[in-house]
Amino acid sequence: MFDYLDIALDAAKHYGATYADARLIDQSSELIETKNLTVSVFNRGNSLGIGIRVIAGGGWGFAATQKLNKKAIIECAKTAVEVAKASGTLMQKPLQLAPEPIYNATWVSPHKVDPFSVSVETKCALLIDCAKTMLAVKGVTLAQGMLHFIRDDKYFASSEGTRVRQIAIRSGCLIAASASSAQERQRRSYPCSFGQYELAGYEMVQNWDLPGHAQQIAEEAVALLTAANCPQGEIDTIIGSSQLGLQIHESMGHPSELDRALGQEINFAGASFLTPDLRNNLKYGSDIVNLVADATAPGALGSFGFDDEGVAAQCTYLVKDGMFEGYLSSRDTALSIGLPRSGGAMRAESWRFVPIIRMTNISLLPGNAGTLQELIEDTGSGIYMETNKSWSIDSMRFNFQFSTEIAWEFKKGKRTRMLKNPSYSGITPVFWNTCDAICSESDYTYWGTPNCGKGQPMQVMWTGHGASPARFRKLTVGISGSGAKA
Amino acid sequence: MLSESQSKKIVDFVLELCAKHSSKKHPAQAEVSITGSNVATSRFANNEVTQNQAPDITTVALRVLQDQRQVRLETLDLSDKGLTKLVESAFEAVKLLDRDEQILPLPSKSKKDKDDKLPVRYDKATASETAADRAQKIGEIISLAKASNLSAAGVYCTGANFEAIGNSNGLFNYYRESSCECSLTISKDGITSWAKAHAPKALDIKVKDMTERVIAKTIKAQNPESLPPGKYMAILERAAVLDLLCQLWWDFSATSHIDKLSCLLDKVGQKVFGDNVTIYDDVCHPLQCGSPFDGEGQARMSLPLVQRGVLTGLVHSRQSAAKMQAKSTGHALPQPTGYGEMPANIVVEGGTSTIQDMLSLVQGKDVAVLLTRVWYVREVDPATKLITGMTRDGTFLVQNGAIVRPIKNLRFNISLLDLLNNVIAMGPSLRTAGEEGQPAVVPMMLVRDFNFTEGTRF
Repeated sequence: MFDYLDIALDAAKHYGATYADARLIDQSSELIETKNLTVSVFNRGNSLGIGIRVIAGGGWGFAATQKLNKKAIIECAKTAVEVAKASGTLMQKPLQLAPEPIYNATWVSPHKVDPFSVSVETKCALLIDCAKTMLAVKGVTLAQGMLHFIRDDKYFASSEGTRVRQIAIRSGCLIAASASSAQERQRRSYPCSFGQYELAGYEMVQNWDLPGHAQQIAEEAVALLTAANCPQGEIDTIIGSSQLGLQIHESMGHPSELDRALGQEINFAGASFLTPDLRNNLKYGSDIVNLVADATAPGALGSFGFDDEGVAAQCTYLVKDGMFEGYLSSRDTALSIGLPRSGGAMRAESWRFVPIIRMTNISLLPGNAGTLQELIEDTGSGIYMETNKSWSIDSMRFNFQFSTEIAWEFKKGKRTRMLKNPSYSGITPVFWNTCDAICSESDYTYWGTPNCGKGQPMQVMWTGHGASPARFRKLTVGISGSGAKA
Repeated sequence: MLSESQSKKIVDFVLELCAKHSSKKHPAQAEVSITGSNVATSRFANNEVTQNQAPDITTVALRVLQDQRQVRLETLDLSDKGLTKLVESAFEAVKLLDRDEQILPLPSKSKKDKDDKLPVRYDKATASETAADRAQKIGEIISLAKASNLSAAGVYCTGANFEAIGNSNGLFNYYRESSCECSLTISKDGITSWAKAHAPKALDIKVKDMTERVIAKTIKAQNPESLPPGKYMAILERAAVLDLLCQLWWDFSATSHIDKLSCLLDKVGQKVFGDNVTIYDDVCHPLQCGSPFDGEGQARMSLPLVQRGVLTGLVHSRQSAAKMQAKSTGHALPQPTGYGEMPANIVVEGGTSTIQDMLSLVQGKDVAVLLTRVWYVREVDPATKLITGMTRDGTFLVQNGAIVRPIKNLRFNISLLDLLNNVIAMGPSLRTAGEEGQPAVVPMMLVRDFNFTEGTRF
């Protein structure tokens, strides 16, 4: 496969590129979805192609083709150079890249069981068995299941000499039960609302034990129909780890993307309140808030060996002891603010897309508050919210509002009643400064977000978020009004 | 970009291969879908080009039905070898599934495959614009921004898309469309305004006019002040209307009713919105775009969904129609899917009010908020269709018939069922592009009781 990349790099240089890189990706995927007792979707896909990115005339150009023959690749490289030269006519100064060592390496993601080796019958039976369990609960109106597997075999080469091959296997699983009445539509999902995804093999599906949780989520979905509404007010709140994962994604991950902070995404995805002058000057969170971008975490969805411009995976602090410290960056954006090296966050959805700055695994490091139950006992009275239902944040990443599928009120350290339609809102740095307890490593989970959208045209990316449940004092709860009917 | 004859050749080749896997004992049916795009996107920000990409992708999908089982496989390998592998893989996979008695046989050729009313939506000049052509348009935008000491960001995209579908019952359809999209954000000291347009013809997008309009609005938006949260009248520009209402489209899908998820459940035939709300789906509307056939190659019917506030119909695929003893309306998504179908060519009937008319309706103690655009709109409560989101890129306070000052952005929580019962006035319906859903034909609206719940810092 590297022969194809060499053709691309040679052609790009021939047509005038001063820098070029090429990615060839051979991707296989399998998606199984069940709806009640039938397999509603069985899709398999193969995608093989090459994306060529160049600098010519001082600007970026990118072209991609699925035709893997010499003539087509040369034509694709020529197009990329033409596009770059057109960019160059509208550059204020020529592009420059932060230095990065040259690599010659192979990287394979950790996995025990190749999901494509597991029989389709086994996979379908797993979901159908879960559906039978969920539908046996009176009041369940819809039972859904999903298994998703992706294998990427990616080759990267650059005109600087880097040549790396990466094989990544990603697996995802989900079950969900819905219950409807004239006034309510309630849903409970497991392990989390979009499905849990990991950089792992079929063993992750087994580890999450979908059949062992089908009954519980079905019963909860039905119970939510008649549960009390979440109250409104400023209430001490414990946010469950999967919900906190999405909170981190939206209120730390995206604002720490340097292309946003520099205004490059302002037309669509938005900008960021974390401007470069705030590095080491903003108290983003309380002293116990430590957030890292870790592309090296084994099994986490946002891990890799090298990013899509050949920068080796790294673990860097974004927030250390509450202070805003670092960015997710690329080779050109890092250099533009004086950083010595890219943070290694450039990734593309597939060979057909140009790499852009994306989250790796943006994680809140665990604290010392023990288990979730211990944190509830320590808090005394409050609300515990779990599993995302809805998420929204402004275009600078200040004001957010999230709702979750379910919540529980607790008093004197014990759960008392289930609450429906929970929601909370806040302003990002204010919110993180009210965090005064984070559960310990025993309750730490790497959640995978499979659907992070960014860029024009929109690209979807795999990101990971490690989190333990955490407590936020006097959080604004219930302002959406969905929990105010009681 | 494949032509109709090139597409037909691939479809026939794949179907011939599939026929070899069919037997009397195990008859098979096959459907081949081809989609392709060469739309190139030039992105700019901070008055320079930041990304510039020109992909050219064609995907072939094969759906095989055999013995009440079905699978869908996709490939990008269009060689004979690649397509042969696709067919073999599909017939291997289909054997692995359990029988499902609800699977319908593939449809025959639709009676209304060609519709004479369908406008021509392919413009060769737009489809063949080059990177240099796009750079010239972006250069115009940047020059105008620089002349006002402002910063421009955005995209300018041109190219074409096509889709073809054929099946073993003799159905074949092909459609192609050129595409031009321009969206731009002009900013000064972190305060922004925005506009977006999409059309099949590049000449229909007046880049200079758009830029000048956004520049003027950005200047007006400087130094915004806070407005306390509360219920206000709201003047919703068309992009705001689209990105709010598009959250409702799937509630018109029959599958959302079968699954008991729609907020309009059991309300067909009932008054659900105000008398002044009429919504229909019409692929032939002169301001609409998109293919005239659905994911199974069935002709898209034009049909009313809401007439003077009454929910009159749902869109159907053949599958949902069979379950509800109804007729398919030709709105199936590519099958198989758990989502069923979607309206794809929404037209919200408008009125005759101008923005001046709407401003003049805000008098006395009334205060209104003028919204350029909404952002990150998400469903909070599916039963009441409560949605939340933020204003963005130009939000203004209106009092005594005039825009009085810019205001900082606000979060809203509002039920779309309430919103469409609170429409006071509407402007003419025009083709509109937003960021939450596909372009549609919608009007500007003046509504009452728009519920703003919180503010933000800019």
